Amino acid sequence: MSASKLIQLGAFFLGCLLLLSSVQAETSPTWTQATALFKQASFDKTREAVDLLATSHEPQAQQLLQALLDGQLYQHKQTDALALLSDKDPLDLSTGQALGTVNKDDYRKVPINNTLRKYLRSKIGGLSLANPDPKVRLAATTGLLETITPEMLPQLQELASKESDQAVKDALQLGIHLASLSATDKPTQLAAIQALDGNLNPLVRNKLNPLSTNADPEIAKAAQASLRSIENKVSLNASIETLFFGLSLGSVLVLAAIGLAITFGVMGVINMAHGELIMLGAYTTYFIQKLLPNYLDYSLILAIPAAFMVSGLMGILIERTVIRHLYGRPLETLLATFGISLILQQLVRTLVSPQNVPVSNPSWMSGSLEINSVLSITYNRLYIIAFTLLVFAILSYLLRKTKLGLQVRAVSQNRAMARAMGVRSARVDALTFGLGSGIAGVAGVALSQLTNVGPNLGQSYIIDSFMVVVFGGVGNLWGTLVAGLSLGVINKFLEPWAGAVLAKILVLVFIILFIQKRPRGLFPQKGRAAGD
Amino acid sequence: MFSQILKNDRGGQIMLVVLAAVLIVVPILNLAVAETSALHIPTYLVTLMGKYLTYALLAVAVDLVWGYLGILSLGHGAFFALGGYAMGMYLMRQIGDRGVYGNPELPDFMVFLNWKELPWFWQGFDQFWFALLMVLFVPGLLAFVFGWLAFRSRVTGVYLSIITQAMTYALMWAFLRNEMGFGGNNGLTDFKDILGFSLQADQTRVALFICSGLALALGYLLCRYVMNSKLGRITVAIRDAESRTRFVGYKVENYKVWIFTLSAILAGVAGALYVPQVGIINPSEFSPLNSIEIVIWVAVGGRATLYGAVLGAILVNYAKTVFTGLMPESWLFMLGALFVLVTLYLPQGLAGLWQPLKTKLGHKPEVAA
Repeated sequence: MSASKLIQLGAFFLGCLLLLSSVQAETSPTWTQATALFKQASFDKTREAVDLLATSHEPQAQQLLQALLDGQLYQHKQTDALALLSDKDPLDLSTGQALGTVNKDDYRKVPINNTLRKYLRSKIGGLSLANPDPKVRLAATTGLLETITPEMLPQLQELASKESDQAVKDALQLGIHLASLSATDKPTQLAAIQALDGNLNPLVRNKLNPLSTNADPEIAKAAQASLRSIENKVSLNASIETLFFGLSLGSVLVLAAIGLAITFGVMGVINMAHGELIMLGAYTTYFIQKLLPNYLDYSLILAIPAAFMVSGLMGILIERTVIRHLYGRPLETLLATFGISLILQQLVRTLVSPQNVPVSNPSWMSGSLEINSVLSITYNRLYIIAFTLLVFAILSYLLRKTKLGLQVRAVSQNRAMARAMGVRSARVDALTFGLGSGIAGVAGVALSQLTNVGPNLGQSYIIDSFMVVVFGGVGNLWGTLVAGLSLGVINKFLEPWAGAVLAKILVLVFIILFIQKRPRGLFPQKGRAAGD
Repeated sequence: MFSQILKNDRGGQIMLVVLAAVLIVVPILNLAVAETSALHIPTYLVTLMGKYLTYALLAVAVDLVWGYLGILSLGHGAFFALGGYAMGMYLMRQIGDRGVYGNPELPDFMVFLNWKELPWFWQGFDQFWFALLMVLFVPGLLAFVFGWLAFRSRVTGVYLSIITQAMTYALMWAFLRNEMGFGGNNGLTDFKDILGFSLQADQTRVALFICSGLALALGYLLCRYVMNSKLGRITVAIRDAESRTRFVGYKVENYKVWIFTLSAILAGVAGALYVPQVGIINPSEFSPLNSIEIVIWVAVGGRATLYGAVLGAILVNYAKTVFTGLMPESWLFMLGALFVLVTLYLPQGLAGLWQPLKTKLGHKPEVAA
């Protein structure tokens, strides 16, 4: 006993001497003391050193403890300097500086055993848990949760009682419950299982799963009950997420189809070039971003009216030159506008590029809204849904409450009578077609944020858009909205068990069969306007 | 009998005479004339012409429903492709153990997918007669079921066009799936021989060319025969005044279904002749663009004339071959312009140009005839 004390003392002095002889003048007494303790290569002494460092406020303490835990802590055989030797660059732990190349033979590994490892883990967690920044504390607590053990319980409880930040406090509380799950006394375990009921953190499920087959029937039963309620909650959240995905897909469909609902539904014109008008809108976004590279966050807003103008004017041009001559012959407009779509596609290929062009997302579009640990909603999808509803509202207002809207409806219901009442039907036709096309352009802006922008962008949406309009009922904006959203949701709910392609096929078959049942769509037009 | 069928069909008479001449001359110029001779027609040209002839038959099928029945089908590409797949499956089985994996029973792509045995729907396709039956049966059945559902529910006009397009589109996605067992994206290809004759041989190619020509002629005569009959006159009545025809007491749906099914079968036959000549069938044949292109062939040639469809299909495809070779960039511009100009200025198609000419000449023919 006394002999060992003597050796210890001697070693301590020796360590001090060696340290003094080296240039490490800045090392603190605690560090020096710890270094000496490590030197003795005894587990007890190492533990003492760990205690020493953990309670100190040494800047490198945490790194050292982590190195020790990972088995990467080495001590120089002569200078006793502590270093982190790993696959990466060796590090002098007293200063935190890189050491450059070292000879590993000069170093001795600081030994460690399992008891010590366990001890270390709790100490390391404790170190960051004491950090003054609540964000660091939260990160440390979250990190700690994965390796939590019942030994940490007293420490966690103490921290939780002192904690002021609510988020950290919640995380600590979760930690306490998780740790209690592995406790040895049954009441604590049962209470923890009860408390964790309905918690969505995946760790909770991981910890509860083995307990559900516990030898103690009471614990097993409680764990199973908790797990079941968690699973229910998770699947509910998954359904909400699918619903949300479906709604966002549906909004895209609505956005792509709503312009078509005007040209096809209100005017009876089958515009196969509608997809290409969407494409033009997407390319307008691209060019505006190129013109204003420094205002990425605002250029998207600017692109909306610009795309409306570009596609709208193109639409008016198409109407004046081609469609004007084909009113009342819907099948012919289908062919002529299909020709126009080929020309527009090839025009973009020739003038811009046959490849896709890069369109960037503004910063406010990225990121997601985290509702809980299994459900988060990305902002770009959220914006698309909101944007679609906005466009829909504006369009409904335009058609219902304005003079133009009144004229459009009049001409679509009875052209001859409208003309007799003094409506300039040719002008109304051009404006309606321009409006529908402009909306296509706006849809293009939105789509540029979601998919690749290339010459084929329009083609991939045109058929889906027609399905939406036909499904919803021609001449009915509400029908388009309901049809688009429901097709989107149906598609997303089918996808998990049928796969994306089969889901698409099933939706198409569903529409084909639906049209047999209700040839005029979900909301058929009534009255005279419904006549063939 | 021919004279009965082709009475009042000057265009058809001319077309069939030209076709007969081509079917006789081309094989001779290919097989009997020395390769060094200026008159020799190389085999690839024979195959190209054979391909045009299958397109012409497809166009006749579309003209039957669009021109005479007033249904703008955007799904005939699908019937064509289904006929093609049925033939492709036979040709695939004919490969036998000469595939890359050398499996005598399974086509290469199934070996690749680790399938152990032939799926049930591939059974029987090693027999030529069975494949031929399927060429007629599969497109016919699909058209019958689809038409029966659609016409009974009185889905008409644009709606019908759009759901036929939906059908093609759905089939395209379906055939793209590997699990469907039709070779997925790559489709069926690497065919070796048909009925024991090598597909690479000149003689086989010429034979296929002649078959295509005969199929076109027979298909044409059949359509003309149907249109001359009472059924044909009811068909036209349905096109021009569907409600009135129904009120007069005809079961409009039934007539529509039968004409639609007949048309689909003709399209399937065209597809079956097309596949051995081009050597591949894949899901891109189902693409909606293809189906719309067929309609423009008919529109260019002239609706409701039948011979116009033949003329349109051959001319447009010849132009396509020439221009995609010379200026690939410009072809889509031209095709697009063709769509627009024909619908705006040539609603009767090229055959429409011939009509006034005929009436102008109409003062004298009594003497000439």
